[in-house]
Amino acid sequence: MSKWSLVTKGFVKDNPTFVLVLGMCPTLATTTSAINGLEMGLATLFVLVLSNMAISALAPLVPDKVHIPVYIVVIATFVTVLQLLMQAYMPAAYATLGLFIPLIVVNCIVLGRAEAFANKNTVIDSALDGLGVGLGFTLSLTVIGLVREILGSGSAFGFKFIPGDGILAFVMAPGAFLVLGYLMVLFNKYLKK
Amino acid sequence: MATQSTLKNMLLCLTLVCLVCAAILGGAYAMTYKPIQQANDNILKASIGAVLPEGGTISDQKTASFGGRNYTYYEQLSGDAVKAYAVKSSTTGFGGTLELMVGVLPDGTVNSTRVLSHSETPGLGAKCQTDAKFIDQFKGLGPDKLVKLRADGGDVDAITASTITSRAYTLAVSNAVEVVKSLKKEN
Repeated sequence: MSKWSLVTKGFVKDNPTFVLVLGMCPTLATTTSAINGLEMGLATLFVLVLSNMAISALAPLVPDKVHIPVYIVVIATFVTVLQLLMQAYMPAAYATLGLFIPLIVVNCIVLGRAEAFANKNTVIDSALDGLGVGLGFTLSLTVIGLVREILGSGSAFGFKFIPGDGILAFVMAPGAFLVLGYLMVLFNKYLKK
Repeated sequence: MATQSTLKNMLLCLTLVCLVCAAILGGAYAMTYKPIQQANDNILKASIGAVLPEGGTISDQKTASFGGRNYTYYEQLSGDAVKAYAVKSSTTGFGGTLELMVGVLPDGTVNSTRVLSHSETPGLGAKCQTDAKFIDQFKGLGPDKLVKLRADGGDVDAITASTITSRAYTLAVSNAVEVVKSLKKEN
């Protein structure tokens, strides 16, 4: 597999949200607006790339029976570092996403990539894989957030272009399921041949 | 090939990984400690500034107890006289704790309010942060006009479909006013 396709396969073929259907908790909870989705995606991307690299470097040294605890410790470390950095340098983003940042530890995408890819591939390939899947996740979350924001608040990326309140249900949980479901259908029908 | 899963190997591996991770975390914590304090400080200062009239200097944090609870407040001083108070006041809203910063003049008049944190429903109760029509009506309430919802016999119009949030918000403002009034009585 070429290096380039390692990155691009996360966009469509192995899209974590619409094809693998992993990491649904942050997907449903944080996509109330396009910006929130984008920020959550980028936060996950950061953890994904670093944890993939660390785990692919560590994997040959880790005894099989304790590999899950080791991976979780590594992932949790990166998540906590991210949380501290966000608190220090991006307080506004931290205020909206704060609760969901620690939950990246148990995001199936991160541990899933560690198990399915990083522990049997080189550090560079794992970094590219993390980058691709992370970008795919970011893209999906941003699209879901954008659709929900347009329908629910009449704005896009915080820029209001439809006066009035919008369809409230789309900002709340039922709208998250609806938009995710319809986008998944469209995605699988038109993009994933 | 992976290392064999003997007790010694497993212990060694987990211990080492945890040690390294703990060191990284310690380092990151030490590195971000000051910036985090700074960031929190800025947020607090911005919220105090937003609810008080301009000018004067802000005092250090003080505590007052009222109705069996402790309230944190800041005094805005011009010379020796207190020009206004900024009171941190929290109540229970629809989704959880609703925390406000309330600016109150010494005679108990509300100057302005601002949401510090909330867990209200997006699109409904969460509008208490942005709905100017709702927020602006608190200005000037206090000494003679009641800080209460119209439904409860006061002068505040609730946000449509968010009575519980509006009531919690109003109660938080009203508590802050009472705190300032009780401070004046003590002096």
